[in-house]
Amino acid sequence: MEMLWFWLVSVMVAIYVVMDGFDFGAGILHLVVAKTNEERRQVLGAIGPLWDGNEVWLLAGGGSMFLAFPKVLASGFSGFYLAIWLVVWCLMLRGISIEFRSHLDDGLWRRFWDGTFAISSVLLPVLFGAALGNVLRGVPVDGSGYFEMALWTDFRMGARPGILDWYTVLIGVFALVTVAAHGALFLAWKTGGAVHERSRGLAMKLWGGVLVLWIVASYATSVVNPDIFHRLPQAPLGWVASLIFLAGLGLVFVGIQRERFLLAFLGSGAFILGLLAASAACVYPVMLKSTLDPQFDLTAVNAAVGQHGLRTGLVWWLIGFPIAIGYLAFLFRFNRGKVTAAAEGEGY
Amino acid sequence: MGDPLFWHRLQFGFTATYHYLFPQLTMGLALVIVVLKAMGLRTSEARYNDAARFWIKIFGINFAIGVVTGIPLEFQFGTNWAAFSRFSGGIIGQTLGMEGMFAFFLESSFLGMLIWGEKKLSPKGHFGAALALWIGSWLSGYFIIATNAFMQHPVGYAVAKDGSLQLASFWAFLLNPWALGQYAHNMIAAVVTASFVVAAMGAFWTLKGIHPVQARLNLRTGTIMGLIFSVFVAFPTGDISGKLVAKYQPITLAAMEGRFESGPRANLTLIGQPDVARRRIENPIQLPAVLSFIAYGSFSSNVKGLLEFPEDQWPQNIELLYYAFHIMAGLGTIMIAVMALAALLLWKGRLDQNRPVLWVLMLAFPFPYIATAAGWAVAEFGRQPWLIYGLLRTIHGGSPTVNAGHTAFTTLGFAGIFVVLSVLWLFLIGREIAHGPVSHSAKA
Repeated sequence: MEMLWFWLVSVMVAIYVVMDGFDFGAGILHLVVAKTNEERRQVLGAIGPLWDGNEVWLLAGGGSMFLAFPKVLASGFSGFYLAIWLVVWCLMLRGISIEFRSHLDDGLWRRFWDGTFAISSVLLPVLFGAALGNVLRGVPVDGSGYFEMALWTDFRMGARPGILDWYTVLIGVFALVTVAAHGALFLAWKTGGAVHERSRGLAMKLWGGVLVLWIVASYATSVVNPDIFHRLPQAPLGWVASLIFLAGLGLVFVGIQRERFLLAFLGSGAFILGLLAASAACVYPVMLKSTLDPQFDLTAVNAAVGQHGLRTGLVWWLIGFPIAIGYLAFLFRFNRGKVTAAAEGEGY
Repeated sequence: MGDPLFWHRLQFGFTATYHYLFPQLTMGLALVIVVLKAMGLRTSEARYNDAARFWIKIFGINFAIGVVTGIPLEFQFGTNWAAFSRFSGGIIGQTLGMEGMFAFFLESSFLGMLIWGEKKLSPKGHFGAALALWIGSWLSGYFIIATNAFMQHPVGYAVAKDGSLQLASFWAFLLNPWALGQYAHNMIAAVVTASFVVAAMGAFWTLKGIHPVQARLNLRTGTIMGLIFSVFVAFPTGDISGKLVAKYQPITLAAMEGRFESGPRANLTLIGQPDVARRRIENPIQLPAVLSFIAYGSFSSNVKGLLEFPEDQWPQNIELLYYAFHIMAGLGTIMIAVMALAALLLWKGRLDQNRPVLWVLMLAFPFPYIATAAGWAVAEFGRQPWLIYGLLRTIHGGSPTVNAGHTAFTTLGFAGIFVVLSVLWLFLIGREIAHGPVSHSAKA
């Protein structure tokens, strides 16, 4: 049961990264791929009806973790205190910039929100990537089950690292480039005209960057936490996940070459999903690795709540998950086709 | 500055109070919009859809701010209240998880369709989007209140070997009697807020002599819904909430009323200042024996006073609790009177000409906001010194590794963001009001 919930939480988080990833990507790129007001509204129109639902995966994933592994949530959130609030403030400002930009037909107003949208969209994947880096590297959880970390230190490793060191920054940059590349494919798929042309031009370059950073990041991970790769031979799900992300990577390049951008976008989704799943499979059952002593690790077994709670949660989760996927399918169907900018006073 | 708990409490109280300004309007407005869209479908009269369109715009702005100010609350469980989360996450994680799964997905999927989709959807489809949003926002409300109700009156739990709480009975937890009573009281209060806002808009337009058709429709809708729901908020739901407090938190009841001595035929204090040091109420005006009747249904029943309980069980801030409760109850009474007067004039067909009453309606819209904020203060201060009533004290619930400076810093950060949001809100709502209701045919 604990293992099942470990996977449910992982899946929710991975879906969140794939879904909010493309609208982060659109935000990272929009100043570059959309030059005029019309074009920017086209980008916002592509993600506008979707971003709010995408973000719910974060809250639903967090809720699942709260339900099943409250100790991990309590330890992680209080330990990363300042970093978490940076994330929340960025999420707030970003949401407001998407919703309020088009309420007023004024150049200065719109440039301000465009800037806010771009900056928050860049910061968020870096912060989330750094968070993943911290989880992979480990944090100084002590015998009380808590830890406390400085926002950054001298960037060197050791038993008491900072939230930002050279490794977590690397993973942050990797995350940034990956969601930008993911967003480029989404925009290439959903838009026409100049935005489409610029997005597809960028997509190829960005995916080249992803490939290079992926190799560097994998090597760096094997240095900071060799256990991850040692566990791979005993993790059958890790192999399956690895096949998924490799196949996704293949689809991305095939899709771009053949100008089938939906295919390429699905491929980039599979790449992100598979990569995260492979990481999860290789760290299982550890959820928060302690850099002080392995016996302080918070694992899916020692941090889980009672069986009755897990079983009850599973019942309603099995009802809620298909409904959520159903809304998602309905939304994409409702907003199908290429996006054009709406008339002034309407739409995003 | 040195006490982290002070800052944790301040931050949660501050962010939650600010956040709730927005959902209390949108939850009520969602019902108003459903009613208007339903009338539009039934009668095919354009004025109902015109009114709905205007309120959907107001809804959209408030909803967006409600969403972004709600995110930090969810995070604070982990960041600021880590010990509380470790202790009770196995229980309250259920409702917080369900809120995401069953309410947020529903709301986020249909929000865009309600706001931007009127042209793309059939009239029935657009009504469906309004209905979906109403259901979603009211479900969301239930999951939050059920979570809060567990903190007020914990049920359905068992204590695990490591001392933390585990789920023992899902249905007992989800259908907590406290949750049912508080939910009814709270959601009806949300409709009261929306009704006062709608009526105020109608009164404003009538006084200005603009948008006559819409002015009349809004006055009518706001007044009729306002009267019905402001009565319901007092009776039966306010009464039920009071009896729940009397039954499960008798100390809180004593503090709310500033009552120190125990005894039968307890007086209801209408006005007076509690003096905790001297253990008495100064300058009281009281109704004899009414408190006994309200709390337990009989004039002769015994109501315990604070002196009956050890002092370490008393809520801190008894004065604040007392005033919050009396502001809530007093404003509730005034609101019923205002709406009853307006409804009487409406029935006689004289409301649009009665300028003094229109002025009162226009200026009364903050009352439900104040009353609701005070009501939440009663619930939250009343629960003290407990974080989970009888199970976990507030002093044991904070995050052990987060220091006061960090929390003070982030609280200031929120203050800054909230100032920006308030300015934005005023500006955007002001623009929509200046823009006024637009008929669809005129726009096309």
